[in-house]
Formats: sequence, C-alpha cells, structure tokens
Amino acid sequence: MIKTDALIIGAGPTGLFTAHQLKIIGLDCEIVDNLDKAGGQCIELYPDKPIYDIPAIPECTGEELTKNLLDQLKPFNINFHLGERVDELKKNESNWEVKTNKGKTFLTPNVIIAGGVGSFEPRRFSPKECEQFEDKSIFYSIKNKKIFEGKTVSIFGGGDSALDWAVELSKNSKVNLIHRRDEFRGAPHTLNEIRKLEKEGKISIKTPCQLDSIEGEKDIKSISIKFDDGKIEKIKTDFVLSFFGLVMKLGPIAEWGLNMSKKTITVNSENFETNKKGIFAVGDICNYPGKLKLILSGFHEVALASVECFKRARPNEKYRFEFTTSSKTIQERLGKK
Amino acid sequence: MAKIIYVEHNGNSHTVNVENGLSVMEGAVQNNIPGIDGDCGGGMSCATCHVYVKEEWFNKLEKKLDGEEDMLDQAYEPKKNSRLSCQITVSEELDGLIVNMPEKQV
Repeated sequence: MIKTDALIIGAGPTGLFTAHQLKIIGLDCEIVDNLDKAGGQCIELYPDKPIYDIPAIPECTGEELTKNLLDQLKPFNINFHLGERVDELKKNESNWEVKTNKGKTFLTPNVIIAGGVGSFEPRRFSPKECEQFEDKSIFYSIKNKKIFEGKTVSIFGGGDSALDWAVELSKNSKVNLIHRRDEFRGAPHTLNEIRKLEKEGKISIKTPCQLDSIEGEKDIKSISIKFDDGKIEKIKTDFVLSFFGLVMKLGPIAEWGLNMSKKTITVNSENFETNKKGIFAVGDICNYPGKLKLILSGFHEVALASVECFKRARPNEKYRFEFTTSSKTIQERLGKK
Repeated sequence: MAKIIYVEHNGNSHTVNVENGLSVMEGAVQNNIPGIDGDCGGGMSCATCHVYVKEEWFNKLEKKLDGEEDMLDQAYEPKKNSRLSCQITVSEELDGLIVNMPEKQV
C-alpha cells in the first residue's frame, strides 16, 4: 500500500500542475494515468496543434506545453504510475483507499480527479461477437509480436499505427491491410514501403471496406469484410488487429457516488471539492457555475484545491500563503537554496 | 439563424434554431440534444460529434478540411456521408438541415 498526501488521477496539463502546486506547499503526491505517457489530451489528441491562450506563452503546441509542465516538476521527486487505471475507491477511516487495475493500492486523505474527458481506451469493433475473441485472436495493441510469426494477420485501420504494424509484421507473417477508404494517412516513407510490399505480395490491401462478421469458435477462423459496393469477401485469418484510435471513457469514476452532470463531476468553486470530503475534481472533468473548459481554468482550480488538501493532510499545521518569489521554504523545496 | 433538425439513431427528432456562425455540434450541445458529445470542444481532435448527412444536404455543405476524414476513420461506424458536426458552420443557407446520428459516439 502506497501512502501519500494526495493522489492525482490524470497526468494531463491540469494533473501535472496539481503536482506542482502540492509540492510547493510541502505535500507529497503520486500520479496515475491510463496512458503510457504524461500529457493527456495535449499529447494524445493535439501534440502538434498550437495553443494560443496559455497565460504568458503566446503560442505553444500540446507537446511543448507538456514538456514545459514536466520541466517545471523537475525539482520534485514525483512518482508516475503510467498505463494504470484507477478502479476502486473506498473509505478507510479518514483516508481514501484507491485501487488500480494493476493491483496497486493508495492510501491518502486527498484524491484529485484531473481526468479530462475520461481515460483513453482503444476504439473496439462494433460486432458483438468480437468481445469473446479479445486478447486471444483480436488485439487493439501489441505486446508480443512473436505470436504472429508464420500466421495470417488482418490489420484494420488507415493511420500510422496500422501502417507501421503492417510493415513490421509483414516480415514474418502474411498481412491483410483493411481500411474503410482508399487513402491512408501516414508518413510518406511508410506509405511507399506499404505499396512496395504490396507489389512484392507481402501485404494484401483491401479497401474500401469494413468488418462485417467474424467466424470461429475458440479462435478466429475467418472474417468477412464488406466493400462499399456491398460485395462481401471472406478471408481466412488467424489474428485480427485493429487500430481505430482512442476514445475517452469516464470508466469506473462514474460509479464512485460523486454528484455528476452529463459526463462531468459537480464541485464547489471555492476549493473544487466534490460531494465527498477529500475528493476533488479539477480541469475539464469538473463543472460549477460559469465553468470554462480551458487549460488556464484548470491551473487556477488546482491552486485552490491544493490548499484544502493541505488542511486535510496536515490537520495540526497551519497553512500559510506564500509567494515563490519571497518564501525561503518554497525556494528550498524548489532546490534553489 | 437556421433551423437544424437533429435525428437520434432511434428516430427521435429535435428541431432547434441555431445562430449563424455556431457549429452544428455547438447547436446540439448548447441545446442538450442527446447523441452528440463533442468531447474535444470542436477542435477536430476526437470523433464524438459524428453525424450522417443525406446526399441532398451533404453536397451543399462546405468541403471537408484536411484531417476531418482522418478523424472520421476513428468514428463509430463511419460511412460515405459521415461528417464531424463541429466542422459544419451554421448559416441561413443551412436552414432545414437534417443530421442523423450514429448509434453511439464512442
């Protein structure tokens, strides 16, 4: 069990700055995020898109913003638990016990939900029968490429992930690349490679078509794909891989008994606490009268929430408001003196 | 101002007046119309405002920008007449536009 002053859920810009605000007032914290890297929507949805409304930064991309926020955290030792999703929350006397899907447990007086629009998960196939094959014959991400050697693999998708894996797996497997339209979006170099491999007969490209049905019992035997003109083709295949991008889902947080409106968590605008003491929601995931889903609003929200976290984590100490420009204590925490 | 008709997958239809300059996605979200999420807020960065537009209207809409088709690859059951409703700007010419929603967004 990991004991900490505050657990931050979400490593997007708001979550990262929460860590900063907690650390400069002298609290410990840990960060959990379902993605395998920090940055949240900034890194997953728009790494290259410029943002123009971060105060004092005229223009920066999602990737740059993430890098700057991580740089700002450098003076501190912060544990990131990436690729993990929070599942359970339960009360343990005056603390909260939070469990992740990887079996970690945190014990903390403060849980700060900076979850954006939810955790990113791969978009799955729509036919119902696909569920039973998941992680056996159907994969949405690849952990061990060895299992595909010498087999037939059908890859769905038209973006970088689909194309890169088609190239990689064509070395040792028979590959079908299936996409809903004729155009692929990927690096020009990869597109050329794909066309070359097609000519060599190492990759078979099927467009424009989508998955119609799957046949098989324990393992997949074949799939049927439907072309835009209605024609259906049956393909023998051992594995199906799909790279349709990520979707955001609120997940288990929705079951925690927090007051919610649509897909957001209701908080007060004084310290951004939810209806449960010690559980806070900040950034895009919270709602209160006048809420704006801006990164800058998230920064403001976490500064105020951190003060309440201090009171809960250090009930016997008095919170003192200090400026980073003049406070010796803060400067020491920042490693400046 | 244009009248926009939002038709849910189950056939429920909602007609609302949407101000010129707003997107069809914003018109839905601001009027609490179920079935259009707009998670990324209109940045063409998610695919949760996906709609189908019948041919007679589809051809009257402004053409897709680079990137919309890529994003539609990630939508739930995209078709030839799929659009991201955040990329359709409301104007007088769109008065009476009908958009049909997919079974779900995510």
